[in-house]
Amino acid sequence: MNLQIGRLFGLFVVLFGVLVFFTSRWTVFDARSLQDNAHNRRPLLKAQRIPRGLILADDGTHLTANRHVGSGETLRYYRSYPTGSLFSHAVGYSFVSRGSAGIEKAYNRELTGQENEFKSLIDQLGGGTKAGDDLHSTLDPRAQRVALSALGGQRGSIVALDPRTGAIKVMASLPDYNPNDIPARYAQLNSDTSSPLFNRATQARYPPGSTFKVVTAAAAIDSGRYTPDSVISGRNNKIISGVPLQNFGGADYGPISLTDALTHSVNTVFGEVGEKLGKHTMFKYMKRFGFGSRLGLDYPTEEISPSGVFSGRRLLGTSDSVDVGRVAIGQERLQVTPLQMAMVAAAIGNGGRLMQPRLVDSVTKPDGGLRSRNFPSLRSTVMSSRTASELAGMMGKVVQEGTGTAAALSGIQVAGKTGTAEVTNGVNQAWFIAFAPVTNPRVAIAATVERTSGEGGTVAAPIAKQVLQVLLGGSGG
Amino acid sequence: MKARNRELFGLLPVSLLVTAGFTAVLITRSRDINKVTVTYGLVFLGACLFAHIFIRARLPDADPYMFPLVALLAAFGLVEIYRISPHRALGQAVWFGVGLGLFCATIVFLRDHRRLERYRYTIAVVGIALLLAPRVPGIGRVTNGAYLSIGIGPIQFQPAEVSKIAIIIFLASYLNEVRDVLVQGRLPRLSLKHLGPLLVIWGAAMLMLIFIRDLGSAIMFYGAFLAVLYVATNRLSLVLPGLALFVGGSAFLANHITHVHDRVEAWLHPFRPDLVDGKAYQIAQSVFAQADGGLFGQGFGQSLLEVTKGHPIIPAAHTDVIYAVIVDELGLFGGTAILVIALLFVARGFKAATMATEGFSTLLAAGLTAVFALQVFVIVGGVTRVIPLTGVTLPFVSYGGSSIVANFILVALLLVISDRARRDPGRVRGGLV
Repeated sequence: MNLQIGRLFGLFVVLFGVLVFFTSRWTVFDARSLQDNAHNRRPLLKAQRIPRGLILADDGTHLTANRHVGSGETLRYYRSYPTGSLFSHAVGYSFVSRGSAGIEKAYNRELTGQENEFKSLIDQLGGGTKAGDDLHSTLDPRAQRVALSALGGQRGSIVALDPRTGAIKVMASLPDYNPNDIPARYAQLNSDTSSPLFNRATQARYPPGSTFKVVTAAAAIDSGRYTPDSVISGRNNKIISGVPLQNFGGADYGPISLTDALTHSVNTVFGEVGEKLGKHTMFKYMKRFGFGSRLGLDYPTEEISPSGVFSGRRLLGTSDSVDVGRVAIGQERLQVTPLQMAMVAAAIGNGGRLMQPRLVDSVTKPDGGLRSRNFPSLRSTVMSSRTASELAGMMGKVVQEGTGTAAALSGIQVAGKTGTAEVTNGVNQAWFIAFAPVTNPRVAIAATVERTSGEGGTVAAPIAKQVLQVLLGGSGG
Repeated sequence: MKARNRELFGLLPVSLLVTAGFTAVLITRSRDINKVTVTYGLVFLGACLFAHIFIRARLPDADPYMFPLVALLAAFGLVEIYRISPHRALGQAVWFGVGLGLFCATIVFLRDHRRLERYRYTIAVVGIALLLAPRVPGIGRVTNGAYLSIGIGPIQFQPAEVSKIAIIIFLASYLNEVRDVLVQGRLPRLSLKHLGPLLVIWGAAMLMLIFIRDLGSAIMFYGAFLAVLYVATNRLSLVLPGLALFVGGSAFLANHITHVHDRVEAWLHPFRPDLVDGKAYQIAQSVFAQADGGLFGQGFGQSLLEVTKGHPIIPAAHTDVIYAVIVDELGLFGGTAILVIALLFVARGFKAATMATEGFSTLLAAGLTAVFALQVFVIVGGVTRVIPLTGVTLPFVSYGGSSIVANFILVALLLVISDRARRDPGRVRGGLV
């Protein structure tokens, strides 16, 4: 009977091998997806047991704080936000009951100190208490405060960044919320028809209006097909894609240079340019500016919408039927986020080199040592530096003598472009995008106001001006 | 080295594990627990030493590794239960002592295990009665929909734990007797006389599913029966149809007995939204706990057990799913260690079976070892989603008096068989041990 016993033992070795295999499946191979499973409350409960890393503004202001309750096995840390609603959308929130959003969500691994498992094992053996890493953000509280007050309670958004580094300084979105209210008032905030939880800076898809003409101008000049001095007819009711196109206010221009056409935002000129460049060239340059992507921001991807031409929720491409002449002037089904338009301004301001946008500059360990750094990195070369400097000159004229004079600063030249997209009769989406100073800019900005009766030049440009002023007038970058 | 000195030496890792485990738990939870509780560990180690001296006196030639392996499993369990609830660790240490008492009593009173053959029908009847006792109104208790325990006053008891030994004794004796008939019969001519008992036992397993509604117990009992049948007859032509009948029968019943069906659904779809916080909560949480363990685990005392004070995140952490808690704290390595220790014990049990001089002893040792191995497989397999999760204990590791007491009797029987086999000089053939 010994042979049978030997075989039986062999069977049990195999069965126990299956047990080891399944254990390794849960502990190693599937561990990450199990930890990310929406029904798994453990990561959140565990995160409560260690002090979460802090999020700091670029001037060192604490944007988050921790308070603790209980002791020993029942010790729990809870988040609070000393600056209240100042950076509600950018920083987001983190609560066990309601999950997380914003930077709190995107950097959860760092904030809970779990990005290095081996390290934490050593920490444990050494008896040290675990703590999360701190984040040093690029956000500027002073400029953010000015941005919020400049919006003056109007629904809209402002994004400002440093075109040289991609560091986002201002990310304002109104209406906003106080993250300290999330645990108690989440349901109410979530069902509020004014969508205060929605980050308009990264998620709202607005028609860009004439601000998009700078994208068309970039494609026109950089492709070599046009120069700033190319003369094109600015006649009203010119046929674009088989349908007559009107200028703003029905204005009729004769032959006019591309520069003057931008200064006065002449629709029929840019409609013709877009049509002549064609869908492929236009989409190529849009892609270089970041359209169609989530822009690679260090922010939760589900809180970023791509920009582009949409059919419902579907992003259209070159194979779809698109009225490119009207796309070229920011009409058609073109929808953009304020972040995208700020990046358009930044790319032109930075000599055609679009930098990767980012909200966090560095991550430091609880002992203060550097854990990692988000160095400035080139995202794409959108156009030649020559095109960029010609475009900068053209946009400078917009602020000097065109539709954007309301954004002019004394002593500092501003390059900008207005936009007014009619949403319904007499109700506009007002836009202003800009960078300053024209040579070697330190700030690029996009400001937009929802459902206003005013225009880009009268509503959005003065708002952008205030933010530019504080960002340029401050430490000087 | 002499066998008994090997055994004493084998207890060293046990004392190391208990000392290190208790120290680690004490350090990480110093605020919550009383230092007096450390004595539970000392009680345990004292009991181990006593057992060793007892075996030295009564069974000098018995297998030297079985007891240290059992003590190692128990040490894992004790430390983990101490970590989950210091209060329960005292209970576990006391039950360990009671188990040892019965272990000694078995060795003293049984002397020769072959005497059991004489009472095999009585033993079988007692075994089946115990198994069905949880369905008796008044003393039967329902746990998560299965009839697994009886309760008289405050004392709860899982009769299946003891019943498994009784039934293995009966099967070993019965199959030893009819073995020649079963071996000789050719399949076309195998009459009802040969297959009758087989069908009766299959029927009994199906009745178990219907009456106690526990798939795990049914797999354990029926699997042990097939194992003993195979060892006795070496006929896969009997074992495989038997296996097919069981799989077919339980698949049919799983669809018709609500409780068993729920368990199967939870096993197949633990994260389905309608199950994950309900019927599949325990298995889903068990898998989540293991995912937190990783390769090396979070360390003794570090795993997350409670949502808030008094609200456990995993139900039955100290019994059914203790393996998941061990994996959470000690990782894949800790879980594998438990399985390797259990497998080494199984190897020693089978070794004793092969060394035994006559049929009944061989079949009894093989059967007891197989039922132990199957019990480990059923509960660890349940916790790791190899099979549906059922309410069987992890021998010596899980909290629970009946489990410890019954498994100590099982070990006592194996040691008695082993001692007799090794004492017979004709059988010691210069092997490794």
